[in-house]
Amino acid sequence: MAQIFHRSTNFISRFSLFSAVFLIGLGLVGVLGLARSPYSTNQDVTRAQPVQFSHKHHVGDDGLDCRYCHTSVETSAVAGIPPTKTCMNCHSVLYADSAYLEPIRESYRTDKSIPWVKVHRLPDFVYFNHSIHVNKGVGCSTCHGSINQMPLVFQASPLLMEWCLGCHRNPEQALRPLDQVFNMDWKTPANQAEIGKQFAAERKIRTTEELTSCSTCHR
Amino acid sequence: MDGMRENEIIDGHTHDHDAHEGSLHADDHSGSHQEDSAVHEHSLDLTVLRAKLREKSGKQYWRTLEELADDPRFEDLLHREFPRQASEWDETVDRRNFLKLAAASLAFAGISGCRQPDELIVPYVKQPDGMILGKPQFYATAMPFGADAVGLLVESREGRPTHIAGNPDHPSSLGGTDVITQASVLNLYDPDRSQTVSYLGEIRTWSDFLKAAEARVAKAKTQGGAGFRILTGTVTSPSLAAQIGNVLKQIPAAKWHQWEPAGSDGAREGSKLAFGRYVNTVYRPDKADVILSLDSDFLASGPGHIGYMNAFYRRRKLSGPSDTMNRLYVVEPTPSVTGSSADHRLPLRSSEIEQFARGLAALVGLGGSGTLSPLAQKWLDAVASDLTKHRGTSIVIAGEFQSPEVHALAHAINTALGNVGTTLYYTEPVEANPVNQLESFTELCADMDAGKVDTLLIFGSNPVYDAPHNFDFTSKLKKVESAVLLSSHFDETAEYCQWHIAESHFLETWGDARAFDGTVSVIQPLIAPLYHTHSAFEVLAAFTDKPGQTAYDLVRERLKTLAGSTDPEKFWRKSLNDGVIANSAYAPISVAVKFSPASLPPAKTPPAGQLEFLFRPDANVHDGRYANNGWLQELARPVTKLTWDNAALVSPRLAEKLQLTQRAAARGGEHGQIVTNVIDMSISNSKVTAAAWILPGQADDVVVLPLGYGRKRAGFTGSNKGYSAYVVRTSTALWSVMAGTDAIKKTGDEYPLACTQYHFNMEGRKILSTGTLAEYRKNPEFAKEGDETPPKEMSLYKEFAYPGYAWGMAIDLNSCNGCNACVIACQSENNIPVVGKDQVMRGREMHWIRIDRYYAKLNTETGDPGATDYDALDNPQTYFQPVPCQQCENAPCEQVCPVGATVHSAEGLNDMVYNRCVGTRYCSNNCPYKVRRFNFLRFQDWETPSLKLLRNPEVTVRSRGVMEKCTYCVQRINNARIEAEKQNRPIKDGEIVTACESACPAKAIVFGNANDPSSRVAKLKAQTRNYPILGELNTRPRTTYLAAVRNPNPELEKA
Amino acid sequence: MSAGEPPINSPDITRLTPVLGPGHTYASVTDKISAIVLTRPTSLGWYIGFLIAFSIFGVLNIAIGWLMIKGVGIWGINIPIGWGFAIVNFVWWIGIGHAGTLISAILFLLNQKWRTSINRFAEAMTLFAVACAGLFPILHMGRPWYAFWMFPYPSVMGIWPQFRSPLIWDVFAVSTYGTVSLLFWFVGLIPDLATLRDRSTSKAKQIIYGMLAMGWRGSARHWQRYQSAYLLLAGLATPLVLSVHTVVSFDFAIAIVPGWHTTIFPPYFVAGAIYSGFAMVLSIAIPLRKAYGLEDFITMRHLDNMAKVMLATGLIVAYGYFFEFFMSLYSGNKFDVFLVQQRLHGPYSRFYFALILCNILLPQLMWFHKMRTNVAVLFVMSIVVNVGMWLERFVIVVISLTRDFVPSAWGRYSPTVWDWATLIGTLGMFVMLIFLFVRVLPAISIAEMRELVSETSEEHK
Repeated sequence: MAQIFHRSTNFISRFSLFSAVFLIGLGLVGVLGLARSPYSTNQDVTRAQPVQFSHKHHVGDDGLDCRYCHTSVETSAVAGIPPTKTCMNCHSVLYADSAYLEPIRESYRTDKSIPWVKVHRLPDFVYFNHSIHVNKGVGCSTCHGSINQMPLVFQASPLLMEWCLGCHRNPEQALRPLDQVFNMDWKTPANQAEIGKQFAAERKIRTTEELTSCSTCHR
Repeated sequence: MDGMRENEIIDGHTHDHDAHEGSLHADDHSGSHQEDSAVHEHSLDLTVLRAKLREKSGKQYWRTLEELADDPRFEDLLHREFPRQASEWDETVDRRNFLKLAAASLAFAGISGCRQPDELIVPYVKQPDGMILGKPQFYATAMPFGADAVGLLVESREGRPTHIAGNPDHPSSLGGTDVITQASVLNLYDPDRSQTVSYLGEIRTWSDFLKAAEARVAKAKTQGGAGFRILTGTVTSPSLAAQIGNVLKQIPAAKWHQWEPAGSDGAREGSKLAFGRYVNTVYRPDKADVILSLDSDFLASGPGHIGYMNAFYRRRKLSGPSDTMNRLYVVEPTPSVTGSSADHRLPLRSSEIEQFARGLAALVGLGGSGTLSPLAQKWLDAVASDLTKHRGTSIVIAGEFQSPEVHALAHAINTALGNVGTTLYYTEPVEANPVNQLESFTELCADMDAGKVDTLLIFGSNPVYDAPHNFDFTSKLKKVESAVLLSSHFDETAEYCQWHIAESHFLETWGDARAFDGTVSVIQPLIAPLYHTHSAFEVLAAFTDKPGQTAYDLVRERLKTLAGSTDPEKFWRKSLNDGVIANSAYAPISVAVKFSPASLPPAKTPPAGQLEFLFRPDANVHDGRYANNGWLQELARPVTKLTWDNAALVSPRLAEKLQLTQRAAARGGEHGQIVTNVIDMSISNSKVTAAAWILPGQADDVVVLPLGYGRKRAGFTGSNKGYSAYVVRTSTALWSVMAGTDAIKKTGDEYPLACTQYHFNMEGRKILSTGTLAEYRKNPEFAKEGDETPPKEMSLYKEFAYPGYAWGMAIDLNSCNGCNACVIACQSENNIPVVGKDQVMRGREMHWIRIDRYYAKLNTETGDPGATDYDALDNPQTYFQPVPCQQCENAPCEQVCPVGATVHSAEGLNDMVYNRCVGTRYCSNNCPYKVRRFNFLRFQDWETPSLKLLRNPEVTVRSRGVMEKCTYCVQRINNARIEAEKQNRPIKDGEIVTACESACPAKAIVFGNANDPSSRVAKLKAQTRNYPILGELNTRPRTTYLAAVRNPNPELEKA
Repeated sequence: MSAGEPPINSPDITRLTPVLGPGHTYASVTDKISAIVLTRPTSLGWYIGFLIAFSIFGVLNIAIGWLMIKGVGIWGINIPIGWGFAIVNFVWWIGIGHAGTLISAILFLLNQKWRTSINRFAEAMTLFAVACAGLFPILHMGRPWYAFWMFPYPSVMGIWPQFRSPLIWDVFAVSTYGTVSLLFWFVGLIPDLATLRDRSTSKAKQIIYGMLAMGWRGSARHWQRYQSAYLLLAGLATPLVLSVHTVVSFDFAIAIVPGWHTTIFPPYFVAGAIYSGFAMVLSIAIPLRKAYGLEDFITMRHLDNMAKVMLATGLIVAYGYFFEFFMSLYSGNKFDVFLVQQRLHGPYSRFYFALILCNILLPQLMWFHKMRTNVAVLFVMSIVVNVGMWLERFVIVVISLTRDFVPSAWGRYSPTVWDWATLIGTLGMFVMLIFLFVRVLPAISIAEMRELVSETSEEHK
């Protein structure tokens, strides 16, 4: 009776068996990687805005303070997107007739809001509160990156839960002097470890157990 | 076909039924359960209606459109929108669900996260001053209700009123609310509200109406306006009354009539009988040691009941055995919330209450006499001597629905006992125009019939639905040339009125209203009208010489006059801020009793063996005006625990006589579905069919017919639920009517009722702890008896340490009368969905806090004659126990969740992480208290736009397949904590108030930090009355209870 | 009754009937078994049976589709009864699987000759039962598309499953069980697959069976490797027979629900599992031997032994019932006592008595030789026991939940059409797989039967 299989089949079968195992493993690693990649986190993705507002210009060059526009960042959960009025405070005078700013003026005229595209998106079941972070000395740039370098704002951090937990598990690493919170160029000093501890102590930062209780962020 | 039926059931077909001519058929969906209930014949019109609704919501439905087209009602429906509220209970099979699935399959490791469309941020153009984005604002306003107005603090988020709380500075609230005020915010967003002016069912503009109105006035002027009539409910608003005055000034011959189907002519006429004029009675239960209620539910209904509840329970708070309490006697025909918390309760037919009052009058030396059964007499003697022992510190309160005689007697007795001026006082009437409403309404009907009425302006009333049936109001209304109706919905009356003006919600309008004690509040709008709606002011203005005039102008004008010396602007702002107009409350007046009980004509004693049929407003939907409110429909009635229906409440003995039975159905069973007998009732030559409900504690031979159901045009939620008792209500017998036993016939049909708690026996478990004041003094530790909480080290798992806060709750059962305010407050605060009757019947209602009702046999030691002469069924003691999540320290739920979706927080809460839950329901199985609720279907309404405005943005809206439960309003805890931490200070006691706590009028619920010995909750937990439910399970609940203590009269003890 | 059998009234049938009918040679055995797959024309009966099973399997798919669209609310579950048919079926199917592993692993280690002709399809049954069982834990979830959260993997949420939960233990127990059973079964198949490869005439079959046979040449080295591998797997599988259902029983024993919270569950669940498992083997073996005339291979001796095992395990189960009953009364725990009364007098008492009848009373017939050797009786009995064991799970899961701690929350459960559709659907799926199996794979281990031939022929010299 003739052979059904060529002798090479032995090798092929063995090879395919092992590679199958290997590929499955690789696939799993890939999926986990993909979930962390900008592809799914939208990290570093710049979005077109109705008006190409440049933080680099306003913050970096003109040195506007964050709070000039994001007024409620110290008092409320949301930092607040400025009303058209805020733009007009200056631009009723500066570049008052630049075509570039027409959407702003139009919005002001017609009393229709400007539909900005949201850049930092948390799921609806996550309750992040800006004010407490700012008040306890977590700087803007810690999460938002160097906004003052960004012509158009992009999401500088992955905003994954594991990333949040990174700080909530040891908050010391993120604490600054309170007067440096809005400093976009703040660099973590070498002795962050001990000053962090010190800050945590004097600002009564809650224990890791408390900070990582689910209801801290989820309700 | 079976499968088909099943689909419909899954579509959450509500088991509502046709109340046509007050008759009642369960539609066949209940029949489609195996043994649940007998199959009844199908009522087509309903099905068509519903089919129509389904078509609207894009549902696949097995009926053909031809069938629909044939039905006139269907044409009718085509005209005006019938948006569906609560699509919770009609889930649709649509593309979105499939997409959800597709997304789900991608969800692995969160890949699906990446392909969401961009989200837009739409900031203000000019941001309003004082608004901080993301922070709620609170405004004081008031809700007018009958002869009362409840002061409210309304929470507004980015301009949307989302939650209602009581105004502590307002006498009608004192910080508390009741179910109706609490749920009124849902009415604002009710998708079924009518949204425009319409003429003969066709949309018109407001200016069209103004023109028409002008014409009517002009016409009226020519004939002195005799044909011009205004019909309203009870009006306490001074400005509104002034506005009506303005109209009448124009056309002096015009008349103002009033009709409130559940109003209290008895009280008004009683005061006239006693004092020769209308006066208003204000009680001060906090000053009284002994209170006798003559069929008065003063703790749960009627003017001032929220404030009364607060005052009453202030006298039942115990800090230790040495404290004293007041004593409450209740004589009533049917178990009420007030009766349930009585120390002694005597079931007595309504018609015998007057006899009782006469007897009491005689015993306090006012002459006259009453004939009573030996038992009642024995009871009366004890009460009388107790009252006479407490001259000046007692009250006798007559029930809203009792006869003028009973009220007059009560006045006389109170005067004789020297209570006037101490425990109650009299004021000018709070009604702007107190009249005998029945007479006033009768006159109107007569004139309409005689064709004397050409213009009829109706607001705050729905007479086509709720007028006495012998008036045949509909046919009379047809004779009116031009009828104008102002109402929130296109209701029964609207069908027969030429003009229908969509009414603004009280949160959308300016106005004012007078509370039960005369206090006036300014009603300020929280939001601009959502639709093209108008207020009574504007409608009335259309008939005056200044049509443009707004309520705002009127109210401001009035306040200028009230301001007196103070700067009007300041005064105005202060009044708005406080929610009450400073010292606007009526001063007490002194009136002399001008009648002697002896002079009363002998009371007609009903022949024995007669049945007594009573009409009472429903505890939730009142006279029917709240029928379309899903929260109130699904809320279990305090005593019966029925939802979504009204039933004919019969006494146990009568039920035996008539062989009426009820059984728990196989589906849902004790926690959901009870199958009852259907009975025909022929009363005052009319007929109504209803499901019979056997009610322990109801006086023998008494049948209670709750009003407010059987609406035909309430809206999607409220139409065709229950039966209409108005069908058998006549002007001669507004509140009670006698009939022979043959008036009731068993039809042989069965009908499934949705009852959330049928099993009322505690099976000897340590759930409720109750005792008498005497027992408490003898043994202060009585509550701890039988509590076998094991020592701490018994647990396998390591103890949690709570260095910081340890949130806890203490619920004083001595102050709870099951009024349900907390349930609705919780529902509103936590975005809890309404699921519909079918789902409730399957035991799937979603309330995070439920109020368990337990019956106890009367305690023979206390010697209450009831104990010997009644058995447990005829006059049980009733106890209520609110059960939210117990927040166990050793929580059984936490250990079994495979994904850690419910976990222990560092402060001892059982966090429930909705977004982590995969829905194994293991936690619920393992929860001994069964306080967890599961989204078996997609209960939440994700489409209806108006309902989205209602949601509390601080709380996740749960999706299908997720477990949910009470978390002590963790959103409030977090916000308070964040504020405190910003200031580097600890959270103050009382800084966090849970929704249930703030709603409770009796302040029975106290929340706080159990770690802080000085906190209110810690103090309560330190009391000897404090005990946990089922301590032997070693769950160590953070929610503990303070045992209920009753204060029976020693004199009633058997010698 | 076919030819090869002695009259059933003979005194000690078991000694007379060998585990293999007389007069068989290597060739005849191989022919007879492989013929079923290769040469014999597929009977009309097979087609009809398969079609029926397949359409019922269709019902299952509809039920699952609808479930995904609407949610678990289409079932009869509610608060307080959070677990209904889904979990009942899960436990039942898992239990059924056990017999297969017991036969193939434990009896193999104990060197029981009579296992030989039944182990193959018993193992197949195990696999299919586990497949059916495996569906339910996923289906019963509110959000099945997140089932993967049950597995420990480094997720972007930076958190892990909760290892204190018995449901997580289930995940491991069941998946291990599935894998090991599959391997065991496949390894056992290899020599036979080779036989089929060599005997099949069509190229396609040769290639397919050939690949599956993994180049088996039957050399001494192959046999030696095969033996040791099989022995090892048997060793691995043996503890699973005990562990899997023990873990499943923890789902209940760990909980505090009265009627669940008891230490007797592990042993009595395992006994119950084997009980129902053997019942299922019988309900498959009897029709199988009839349909394909395998009376010589699956002889009365097999049926008789299986009946005895059923009787034995049945008695253990009965003991379990009794002790459950006794302990709750003896402990005086008021919740347990109440529950016992509920079982006897409550709204579900008829189910409890039905279960006593099916699992304890009727099986006592197995004491009688006549009954054990009456094929018809055995078949009926096997069905009865399967029903009984399903009822047992129903009583445990549902009745306990209807009457737990706080009376105000007590409720009732009644299944909907969709509950039934899912249960019957899985039965369809199971039968369908069995049909496919007997058609494409040797239902009886040819290789091992050959061994028997040598032994039996010695006996008969």
